[in-house]
Amino acid sequence: MTTFQQAARSGLRDAQLRRNLDHATRTIRDKRSRAVAELPDWEALRSAAAAAKDEVLGRLDDYLLELEQRVQERGGAVHWARDAAEANRIVADLVLATGADEVVKVKSLTTEEIGLNEALAEHGIAAVETDLAALIIQLGDDTSSHILVPAIHKNRAQIRELFLRTLGVTELSDEPAALTEAARRYLRERFLRARVGVSGANFGVAATGTVCVVESEGNGRMCTTLPETLITVMGIEKVVPTLADLEVFLQLLPRSSTAERMNPYTSLWTGVHEGDGPREFHLVLLDNGRTNVLADEIGRQTLRCIRCSACLNVCPVYARTGGHAYGSVYPGPIGAILTPQLVGIDKAGSLPYASSLCGACADVCPVNIDIPRVLVHLRAHETAQRGPSAERLSMQALARMFASRERFERLQRVARRGRGLPGLSRLPGPLREWGRVRDLPQIPDESFRDWWRRERSR
Amino acid sequence: MSGSASEAREAILGRIRAVVPAAHPPGARPAYRRSLELDRAGLVALFAERIADYDVTVHPTTTDGLGAVLGEACRAHAVRRLAVPQDLPAGWRPDGVVLVPDDGLSGAELDALDGALTGCALAIADTGTIVLDSGPTQGRRALTLIPDLHLCVVFADTVVGTVPEAFDRISVERPVTFVSGPSATSDIELSRVRGVHGPRRLDVVMVLE
Amino acid sequence: MNVALFIACFNDTLFPSTGRAVVRLLERLGHTVEFPLEQTCCGQMHFNSGYPDEALPLARRFVRVFAGCDAVVSPSASCVGMVRREFAHLAERAADELLAADAAELAPRVFELSELLVDELGVEDVGAYYPHRVTYHPTCHGLRGLGLGDRPLRLLRAVRGIELVELPDAEECCGFGGTFSVKNADVSAAMLADKLRCIGDTGSEVCTAGDNSCLMHIGGGLTRLQAGVRTVHLAEILAATESDRSR
Repeated sequence: MTTFQQAARSGLRDAQLRRNLDHATRTIRDKRSRAVAELPDWEALRSAAAAAKDEVLGRLDDYLLELEQRVQERGGAVHWARDAAEANRIVADLVLATGADEVVKVKSLTTEEIGLNEALAEHGIAAVETDLAALIIQLGDDTSSHILVPAIHKNRAQIRELFLRTLGVTELSDEPAALTEAARRYLRERFLRARVGVSGANFGVAATGTVCVVESEGNGRMCTTLPETLITVMGIEKVVPTLADLEVFLQLLPRSSTAERMNPYTSLWTGVHEGDGPREFHLVLLDNGRTNVLADEIGRQTLRCIRCSACLNVCPVYARTGGHAYGSVYPGPIGAILTPQLVGIDKAGSLPYASSLCGACADVCPVNIDIPRVLVHLRAHETAQRGPSAERLSMQALARMFASRERFERLQRVARRGRGLPGLSRLPGPLREWGRVRDLPQIPDESFRDWWRRERSR
Repeated sequence: MSGSASEAREAILGRIRAVVPAAHPPGARPAYRRSLELDRAGLVALFAERIADYDVTVHPTTTDGLGAVLGEACRAHAVRRLAVPQDLPAGWRPDGVVLVPDDGLSGAELDALDGALTGCALAIADTGTIVLDSGPTQGRRALTLIPDLHLCVVFADTVVGTVPEAFDRISVERPVTFVSGPSATSDIELSRVRGVHGPRRLDVVMVLE
Repeated sequence: MNVALFIACFNDTLFPSTGRAVVRLLERLGHTVEFPLEQTCCGQMHFNSGYPDEALPLARRFVRVFAGCDAVVSPSASCVGMVRREFAHLAERAADELLAADAAELAPRVFELSELLVDELGVEDVGAYYPHRVTYHPTCHGLRGLGLGDRPLRLLRAVRGIELVELPDAEECCGFGGTFSVKNADVSAAMLADKLRCIGDTGSEVCTAGDNSCLMHIGGGLTRLQAGVRTVHLAEILAATESDRSR
């Protein structure tokens, strides 16, 4: 299993990626600051959103049942999936029942999380990604590196080359407008003939059974309006209590993600609407580890996440390693806390350490997730499940030496003589790791307390 | 619901109840800004300024001048055939344009038209947003989605200040769409390109009185 | 005012000059300093590295050692953050009501150096003289953890003879992050490289900050590169006067 440290190296050395990411994250960061500064009640909105989410997480069963009932009352069907395999089976069966062999998809991290496209392919169903970036990723057989702009690691020349190869066009400039036009024509054909649409959901309103999708390109509207059958896969944590709560989230999300006052299109639909849109609507409620996150009192706040990616754009680690280093659908700070809780700390144990705890993410999180706190909390889980180790022994030895003045001062004297703290020097190479790019500090002949005692004997 | 389906449902609910056993009383929600303290003229001006950020032109007019302004907009965009909702008011009919009522047009038929003309439920000044709720003069969702131009009539007295004020007024009996400019993407090197799948042009006609 | 100095374990051992500077500075301003010799470590490294059980006794020890003090000052923002914010979490985790109460009682009396000077002692001009070109790096614990704002800069601006140059991208993390610097040494090095580049762009002789942990990392990089720039803790600049030898 590749650790974050190992996976980070290729990103660190990829000069193109580093420049793209630095430019992109700086640009969005600055725009976001300006968009946020405009709102005099930004902090109140953050608190209100966190409170709304915490309310839901405190009574998630009730809210899910309410959501289910409302959707059913409005002619929709609700399915429950414990894990990825179950969700994929449900979706595949629903698609097969329509006789369609192609579905059009709105970008949905949740469907990427469960590997839906691959599962549908096994049933002979083609899932056509319709977000421009997702299309670029799909055509290039690549993986996403950023929640919001998944193809951020690709430049226009690379995209032009890809489209020439896969879209059946013979001539194409590398201007973003031209590239976008090529994708538009390719996808319009598919939108107009699609019989089944698959989407995720940004929010699900319990009180009314309304699903909300936030987007920029219009492909979300295409997929959720034109096909006869719509299947929405929604993580159970996406529930919000009432319609009025959306007024808070729809102010926080656009400014935090694309740094706009409002994104181009936000769609709200409830079940099946006669004469307008799909005749069949299926909502698939997905657990897939979310109840594990729910079980952890401190980790639970992770589920407030509204997938804005503001944390990615301020993270000094993400900006230098890129998303692939995190080995998961969710990269960056949120990924470092969400993924280990979803899949188990034993399978993603290096992620909580992929952070200098600088706190920039917590500053910008629109739902006030204290990401550094959760990271430290997960590190405690990680060391606990790792069991006995050389590191633990060293940490315990060091703690014992800090437990009394005599032992601490003895440690200082030994360190001075040995010019290296014995506890740390027994760890597998930390002094060596340090020394690769930095000089080690010299230990002075006299400690502070020795000076104090000498100069200030009372 | 089939056996394994209800099994999954009960398993998930059971797991939730097991890990968060006590119902937490809802915490207090802090108050946030609900209105802008602007009069109608101020709201209309702010709306025009904000939606202009998305490269949307706002054409001011009066009820009497509406038909003429719509005609001009159609000429400017070289529109010959315009999709309209079946309940399009008489005063909204621009000259020199073939109006095609949407009585269940297919996707391909809508795609072949030059644009769509509708009203809206309300507009939000703070964010430069038009809200469609499939109500009178709006038609169904596909109407404002497939044709490449959306001409939208906004009445000045339906412009509210903030997103909370909009939510005070909308109903989700029918589908609701918030539209803030033509479609866009920043997926290629983060440079924003207008117009991907939704209408690539959005024009607003603001009826002041 | 009578102030107890919480020097922090690594300063005591590796950067005693910072502690001496704090003493000299506060005494020059007319206050008395005591140094409870029983102090050792606040447990931050253990806690942040995923060993809260090992940090717990250190927290308990800390609140005992500093129990009777009117005010506690430290030249380490990260350690102050540990005491004021994380001790409560340690107590909660261990269901230790006594520690929770003691920590809550002690917290309002624990100050980072610039907080003490500006907020408690009400002073910005500490009578310092430091005729060098200096750039200031706001450490993450100071900036985001404690919300120090521009207190350190206000203190620095009042130093006579100083030429203060703004650091580009100042708020970017330097890449130390405790054990992060060795567990993710490659990323840490990349972050350090950018911080060193920004420091170099200022043409400064000295990079200063309120935490020797960051300065140890930055300074180690500067000397490795033979950059001809040195790191000096904020306290040492504020303690400097005309009668000092060049520092």
